[in-house]
Amino acid sequence: MAENVWILGIHMTKFGKHPTLDVVDLGAEAARGALKDAGLRMRDVQVFGAGNLRGPGGFGQLLQKQIGQTGIPVFNVANACATGATALRVAVMAIKAGEADVGLAVGVEKLSGVGLLTGNEQAKSDTWTPAGRVGAVAALDGRVGTDTMPGVFAQIGMEYGHRYGGTSFELFARIAEKNHAHSTLNPLATYQKRFTVEQIMNDVMIAYPNTRSMCSANCDGAAAAVVVSERKLRTLSLEQQRRAVKISASVLTSDPWSEGCQVLPDINTLTRAAADQAYEQAGIGPDDLDLVELHDCFATAELVHYDNLRLCEPGGAVDFFNSGVTWRDGKKPVNVSGGLESKGHPISATGIANIWEVATHLRGEAGDRQIDGARVGLAHVIGLGSACGVHILEKAAA
Amino acid sequence: MSEKVPLVDYLVLDGAPHLVAQECVECGARYFGRRNACASCEGSEFRPVDVPVEGELRAFTIVSHAAAGIPVPFVAGLVDCGGTSVRANIVNTPPDPEHVRLGMKVRLATTSLGEDSKGVEAVGFGFEPVS
Repeated sequence: MAENVWILGIHMTKFGKHPTLDVVDLGAEAARGALKDAGLRMRDVQVFGAGNLRGPGGFGQLLQKQIGQTGIPVFNVANACATGATALRVAVMAIKAGEADVGLAVGVEKLSGVGLLTGNEQAKSDTWTPAGRVGAVAALDGRVGTDTMPGVFAQIGMEYGHRYGGTSFELFARIAEKNHAHSTLNPLATYQKRFTVEQIMNDVMIAYPNTRSMCSANCDGAAAAVVVSERKLRTLSLEQQRRAVKISASVLTSDPWSEGCQVLPDINTLTRAAADQAYEQAGIGPDDLDLVELHDCFATAELVHYDNLRLCEPGGAVDFFNSGVTWRDGKKPVNVSGGLESKGHPISATGIANIWEVATHLRGEAGDRQIDGARVGLAHVIGLGSACGVHILEKAAA
Repeated sequence: MSEKVPLVDYLVLDGAPHLVAQECVECGARYFGRRNACASCEGSEFRPVDVPVEGELRAFTIVSHAAAGIPVPFVAGLVDCGGTSVRANIVNTPPDPEHVRLGMKVRLATTSLGEDSKGVEAVGFGFEPVS
């Protein structure tokens, strides 16, 4: 059994508009914040996982050139919205493999004002010319279904409703209502505004049943984590050991084949697989979780992940939500950060920012939104295509 | 009669229009488009199979915001055609949740994308409610 890996330092920037900062500035703020939190320096880091999708290539090295060029291996990773979790997985794997005792993972994105993330485009021609794997004579987005994320995830929520019943436009809006209400206690969230269900349902329709306030918010932001081996941790101060957070499970999956998965992405099977592996690794079950940060890129997605993460009985996500347990004062608080719908979703940062949220509660440092007595939490992220990261974190024994 | 081309190569226009899937000879997994191998069993032999033209709407969304140049609103959906999942727009019905319902029966319909500079018409497809 490989040794345990611990989060020694972790940092998240304010999410929102940062017009004067570029991706390297934001990454530097997160990385140096995490190092300071850990009580370490770049020269202590032995492996570096760097995640950024839309900025310049070689992001990891660009960041090193600003905060410390020490010659260590950099892994520039890309895994859609799971890029941050993937960067962290790289550092964790290196430590578990015994190749390093200290790793750094950084995820950063600038998305303010980008608008809708859309799909394929096709070169214009004045004759119908077949191209690509299906010999298309024109772009297919809008002609054969939709490539836009709000529409894809809307269908995923609707498919759950078709299978199990009980969903409605209003139900999905009430999930967004919860997350926006939670965000009012999170000073780092892009939006900290509570909305009524009526306001959410009457907001601009993007892709039914997802209105604008049921979609993740495009924003700028970064998050970073410093992880260490247990062997290293035991050489550090008692204060560092007290604040360290144990990574009890670190799992990354891709989507196994299932009927129709190349038609409408199947985000369920790989999430279920990741959750099951994580619970087994950690030796704990969903009942033990004090809080969950899950990938609510759209309100329709949050519903299916209650089920995928085994928080409820199979098919029982609607009843589970309707019981009120996922509100912050409920038995199973979900997305007390405000979730991606209000905290924001700078795609490569998200898979570390969710871990920052959970770790901050486990440390008892979450301020007004602290979940009292939190000892165990789960962070879930999914990148369409697909990649799913699940991390289970535990508070250090006192 | 003017010449026609299908929007995608898995739409067959000769005779009664229908879709053709590539079925893995070994495990029966079905795909649309050119394949390198089977993602389910790694088999490399495929045979073309006709997909039923009628099906059931398993999921949908009504897209109101799309990339520039795409007319909205439109209905994008997932149709279960006798066990084969098909991605398509739902057409020939108003794009609202009163007319488009989960589980409704639909059937394949063709749509025109217009003619190119040589007078060739591109023909696409969608699914329309079975009344």
